[in-house]
Amino acid sequence: MPPLLFYLFALITLGFGFMVVTGRNPVTCALSLAASFVGLAALFLSLDAYFIAVIQILVYAGAVMVLFLFIIMLLDIKTEEGKKLNMPAIVSGVLLAVLLTLQIAAVVGSTELAKKTSQDTPLALAEAATKIGKAAALPTITNDLKSGTLPDAKLIGFTLFDQYGFHLQVIGLLLLVGTIGVVVLSKRERSAP
Amino acid sequence: MITLGHYLVVSGMLFSLGLAGVIARRNIIIVYMCLEMMLSAANLALVGFSRFHLANGLPDYTAQSLVFFTITVAAAEVAVGLAIIVALFRSKQSVDVESVTKLQG
Repeated sequence: MPPLLFYLFALITLGFGFMVVTGRNPVTCALSLAASFVGLAALFLSLDAYFIAVIQILVYAGAVMVLFLFIIMLLDIKTEEGKKLNMPAIVSGVLLAVLLTLQIAAVVGSTELAKKTSQDTPLALAEAATKIGKAAALPTITNDLKSGTLPDAKLIGFTLFDQYGFHLQVIGLLLLVGTIGVVVLSKRERSAP
Repeated sequence: MITLGHYLVVSGMLFSLGLAGVIARRNIIIVYMCLEMMLSAANLALVGFSRFHLANGLPDYTAQSLVFFTITVAAAEVAVGLAIIVALFRSKQSVDVESVTKLQG
């Protein structure tokens, strides 16, 4: 990815992220968050993580944001204009954020690992076809690798079902419990007789 | 050239923005949005490390599997959290975090 595009998408992600934090109208905040997530998905694309980028758009910018907008409009939340700002919280929040950013920048600046570029770590697709262990038994993956395309979703799927099958089922159970929890929480309590 | 450090700094800045929002904002729904932003920032760092730490010439897919799990958990968390916010709004008629002070000593 050309550096210019990286800076553009980083600016979109952080700029709209800033609008989420400072916006007065919840609907503006929700839409800014969606835009910020789209910028983040573009950054994922630049890291050759195509599957994660698509998931980011579908789940975050799609499902999660619709849920947020739905709740904002259901509750009919007004802009919090007129309310006085909570100065101590704002000052401490900004201070903590600046300190954390500086600390992360200092750590990143002092490690050798962080100086790696994508030229230092080029993807070796054709060579990888013979070295991927059990996944090499699957022609759909090896053929993609030999023809020079990255079978991103297939490799994530293989990793998930090969090594993390149990965890995947636990996640499925978590989603089920979450669904039941939402139904229980949003049921109106009956008034005591 | 864009290095791993660039991605990590963007991730850190996004996380810090979310942290500032969680501390400073009073609208509980916006606090929740900022939490989502912090989760995404962590995902960006994970995907960055995955790309720049190659395993057999391919990105490290263990990290991307972890991102997959994080996104799933975040989706479940949003659903439950927003249901709690709706329940809270029903009892308090407000989404201001300062309207919930029952557990304050």
